Amino acid sequence: MHIVDGVLGPPVLIGASLLAVAGVARGLSALDTESIPRAGLLTAVFFIASLVHVPIGPSSAHLMLTGLMGLLLGWAAFPAVLVGLLLQAAFFGFGGLTVIGANTLNLALPAVLIGLLARHVLARFDISPRSATLLVAGFFVGALSFGASALSVAGVLALSGSEFLAAARLILIVQIPVMLVEGAITAATLRLLLTVRPELLPAVAGDRLFATEHTQEA
Amino acid sequence: MQIVDALSDRTGHGPLRALDPRLRIAAAALFALVVVSLSDRVALLTALGLAIALMLAARLPAVPTLRRMAAMDGFMLAILLMLPFTVPGTPIFAWGGFSASAQGLAKAVEILLKANAVVLVLLALVGSLDAVTLGHALARLRMPANLVQLLFFTVRYIGVIGEEYARLRTAMRARGFRPSNSLHTYRSIGYLLGMLLVRSLERSERILAAMRCRGFQGRFYPLDDFAYGRADALFAGLALMTFACLLIVDRVHVTAV
Repeated sequence: MHIVDGVLGPPVLIGASLLAVAGVARGLSALDTESIPRAGLLTAVFFIASLVHVPIGPSSAHLMLTGLMGLLLGWAAFPAVLVGLLLQAAFFGFGGLTVIGANTLNLALPAVLIGLLARHVLARFDISPRSATLLVAGFFVGALSFGASALSVAGVLALSGSEFLAAARLILIVQIPVMLVEGAITAATLRLLLTVRPELLPAVAGDRLFATEHTQEA
Repeated sequence: MQIVDALSDRTGHGPLRALDPRLRIAAAALFALVVVSLSDRVALLTALGLAIALMLAARLPAVPTLRRMAAMDGFMLAILLMLPFTVPGTPIFAWGGFSASAQGLAKAVEILLKANAVVLVLLALVGSLDAVTLGHALARLRMPANLVQLLFFTVRYIGVIGEEYARLRTAMRARGFRPSNSLHTYRSIGYLLGMLLVRSLERSERILAAMRCRGFQGRFYPLDDFAYGRADALFAGLALMTFACLLIVDRVHVTAV
């Protein structure tokens, strides 16, 4: 869901960019020398994941997995999304330049909010990696952040002009099956990750994924 | 690998090769801002013409680059196709009970011209750089050091992880996996990506250990020596004049209409 240059009106463009800058700054403050390699590797995985096309009905869609980014990276999902979009725009010609703030915001904000919410849920309940509960949690993380991103895209379009309203509505309907698939794949991804590395579950839930190295040293 | 190719230096030997990367980024950004603010058809067509000229000057392969430029989300395409029917105005043709307006069509064309001109200039000026050079140039342009380092790590490992992904996909194919509309497909792809995450997290621990053992203190030293020379000043001057012309043409035409 890349918006291209020339669609959004100036007030929307500026407002979204400012919010994106704030989110990126918040995310960067959570990263330090020790955690940047880990965040960079995760960003690379998510970049590769965004090139994977899965069949959906007669067509196919590419994955986003932004919900999982929010869960694993927290606020660092903002700079991670920005880096991904920058590379996609400059080297692959996807998206645009003046809209990069708006696109970052549309993808990262829902991801971070839902990811942080999911961390609370995971911290509160004792969930085993192979349980159905974890699958359900993963499904909702993936589906909801995808759905919220689609809503957010529709929102900035609608704010830019009423002529986009019909298109925005159509997008929301068309994206529903993609959202479900995104949820299913997120659930499977999370299950495999936590089954192989169960010690990550408390780290993710307690926002310590980027601090484990410190605690080992201490 | 295709991804790695795209991220490495593809400037060739065009006249743009010697341009300071910082200038390329600044010029592309300014061009984008100018183009987005235009509304006159002539000015926009001129901008697209300039973009194509830059692409040729950058010696980018024309056909793949143009295809890349034109590739748009199906989603964006749907929006543009609906515009003629949702913008009120003089009807030009009717289709299935909906009438398309000239104003809507004009708006769709305007967006197409803007989006393609910006993407093409971005590919020509910035996309032809090495991704690492881009990072250094962004660092010199005061992008936060953390963000630049994140970019470096991402760029460095996209290729590695991409290859790992391709290997796992080959292994799946060897076992008879065929993607289809099934829960089995979604689960298998999810497990595949989960495995990539597991491996990349383990790799990141090894990388961190290796960096620590070499006394990494959180700073990369830019090896590129960017020199802003006479050719750069000339390009900058030309670019600024062109942008001014575009804006003037736009103003004059808009007030004339």
